[in-house]
Amino acid sequence: MFGDYSLGDLGSIFVMQGFAGLILFSVYVLMALGLAIIFGQMGVINMAHGEFMILGAYVTWMTSNLFQSYMPSLFGGYFFLAMILAFLASGALGMLVEWVLIRHLYKRPLDTLLATWGLSLMLQQAYRSVFGAREVGVDLPQWMLGSLHVTDSIEVPINGVFVMCLTVLITIAVAYVMYKSRWGRQVRAVVQNRIMAGAVGINTEKVDRYTFGLGCGIAGIAGSAFTMIGSTGPTSGQLYIVDTFLVVVFGGAASLLGTIASAFSISQTQSTLEFFMSGSMAKVLTLLAVVGILMLRPQGLFALKVRK
Amino acid sequence: MSDEANKGLLSPLRRKLLMGMAAVPALTMLPRASFAQAPATSAVNTTGLAVTDTEVTVGILHSATGTMAISETGSIEAEKLAIEQINAMGGVLGRKIKFIQEDGASDWPTFAEKAKKLLVNDKVAAIMGCWTSASRKAVLPVMEQYNGMLYYPTFYEGLEQSKNVIYTGQEATQQILAGLNWIAKEKGAKTFFFIGSDYIWPRTSNKIARKHVENVLKGKVVGEEYYALGSTQFNSVINKIKLTKPDVIFTDVVGGSNVAFYKQLKAAGIDLAKQPLLTISVTEDEIDGIGGENIAGAYACMKYFQSLDNANNKAFVPAFKKAWGEKTVIGDVTQAAYLGPWLWKLTVEKAGSFDVDKIAAASPGVEFKGAPEGYVRIHENHHLWSKTRVGRAKLDGQFELIYETADLVEPDPFPKGYQ
Repeated sequence: MFGDYSLGDLGSIFVMQGFAGLILFSVYVLMALGLAIIFGQMGVINMAHGEFMILGAYVTWMTSNLFQSYMPSLFGGYFFLAMILAFLASGALGMLVEWVLIRHLYKRPLDTLLATWGLSLMLQQAYRSVFGAREVGVDLPQWMLGSLHVTDSIEVPINGVFVMCLTVLITIAVAYVMYKSRWGRQVRAVVQNRIMAGAVGINTEKVDRYTFGLGCGIAGIAGSAFTMIGSTGPTSGQLYIVDTFLVVVFGGAASLLGTIASAFSISQTQSTLEFFMSGSMAKVLTLLAVVGILMLRPQGLFALKVRK
Repeated sequence: MSDEANKGLLSPLRRKLLMGMAAVPALTMLPRASFAQAPATSAVNTTGLAVTDTEVTVGILHSATGTMAISETGSIEAEKLAIEQINAMGGVLGRKIKFIQEDGASDWPTFAEKAKKLLVNDKVAAIMGCWTSASRKAVLPVMEQYNGMLYYPTFYEGLEQSKNVIYTGQEATQQILAGLNWIAKEKGAKTFFFIGSDYIWPRTSNKIARKHVENVLKGKVVGEEYYALGSTQFNSVINKIKLTKPDVIFTDVVGGSNVAFYKQLKAAGIDLAKQPLLTISVTEDEIDGIGGENIAGAYACMKYFQSLDNANNKAFVPAFKKAWGEKTVIGDVTQAAYLGPWLWKLTVEKAGSFDVDKIAAASPGVEFKGAPEGYVRIHENHHLWSKTRVGRAKLDGQFELIYETADLVEPDPFPKGYQ
């Protein structure tokens, strides 16, 4: 397949392909960060993660409509406000859900699977009733469309760069909050031993609520960012849930570093394979590799060492 | 016969006079007259369908919930509108159409179950419904076992024909071949890159397209790629497209993937004004989600566009918007769904009966001159003769008609040399 191409052509294709892999990597990390907190730290199997993302996407859509109708001159910057609103909306819904549903289930984590699955169906139908069954198109400001022209054959998609920067920022923020701040220490204490944490004076209920809210809020930001590359409809969240769990489980549930490493290896494998074979086959081989590695290392790539 | 007898007996003048006199009372009591003329229920319904002296019941079977609700909502709206309009014109054989709507919930066994319920419990005279091929395949045995009549609106892969189904969308050869011919001639295209979602319709359609490109157009398919349904990452395949530099990108990606594909194509700097792209899966409905700015310049090949400039369509579009909101758009399948109730009404009137066997037999040759797409006629194989059209997507999400076949294209669900 490379016979007819000059070295220059090939070089630029490899650069582009490497970039495609990096974009996929950032998308995976962004999808998985929220779940890494909720599933990884709290142990809640949140099947409604995709729906929290789509709430963020809908908030973005509403914000863009609002700006177009009332403040067209500021349209270029609406996306930043939309992401903040998406974070707040998804986070608030997350805290509500935690209070109504999740807090009763910490002692039986497997049941959270069923409860949140039901929640995801309810949210989907709610979106359908409120926003309609059809997909909505989110208008982007002009500067976010198109690509940066590097050379004649290398074009870098602007939205890809945007997602990458966003991912880096949010990852740093999450890492800081979880591992450096006082509150992060409380979260980890509660996860490791709820009773002891309570006994030393940590308000475990409050910590749980805010942690769940934070995870959902990050999902909202991810959903907001994905309006640039994917679809926004009542069931669009379903498109992400499998990949998200794959990344978190493969990385080792409780490890943020694991999530990043796993997102990197899965995305690079997939985008390299996709280039040499068809999309479906690439996916199959990637999944096979993940299954194989998980059989050898059931705890995932990175795992906390704990005394059993 | 009696007309012939009259001709012999009466002078032309007397005949005219008599006819005029007869028409006066008939005109004054027209609404009641049509009622009085309604044939007796026992005559038009010999198989125990839900037909009374004043009403006939049909079923609407689509997904109002679940993944497919995105697509099927338009079909439901179109069918309800058609039924409403038919009722406003006096109904079918003097009977108002009443509908029972069931939700297939995007789940194929549910479709089969609900179809059975409609046929066995509700005894509906016809069902307007299904959207995906999978749902149709699930419903088909039920329709055949209980002898129902299904009006199926979606363009689909062909390779099927049933006494109990009227296919109001295009089958694959009808939709694809004319479009490929056009783009090969217009753009001098020789190399094609196929990309589709990974299930039966894109695979069958691409198989037909590949045979046509290789055997008839003497061109070359430089790539054929499939992505899992719901896939949202297309950067690798877009790089492959850049590498192979095809004259035409031919796509049948569906659902949410569609949105991701065009957004990423645009972001990767592929300008559809310069790179011809022919799609058979994007209607005005899909553009709503994709965004006009991401797909402007692409060509779509199907039988109907909302922007068609003919008298029927100019009446249809405002009526649809009035019923379902100013912002709704009308795609190819929505229009095909609108044909269902009308074709059924015309067939019932032609057969003079609601009996399914008589309708199946009377269907071939039924023509609908009021179709928004112009004119359609049912073929012996229960598909429709229809024109194929190519439109170019505009920024506002509408298509601009670029080309249409001069004649109606014959439906050919089992194309020889294409399998």
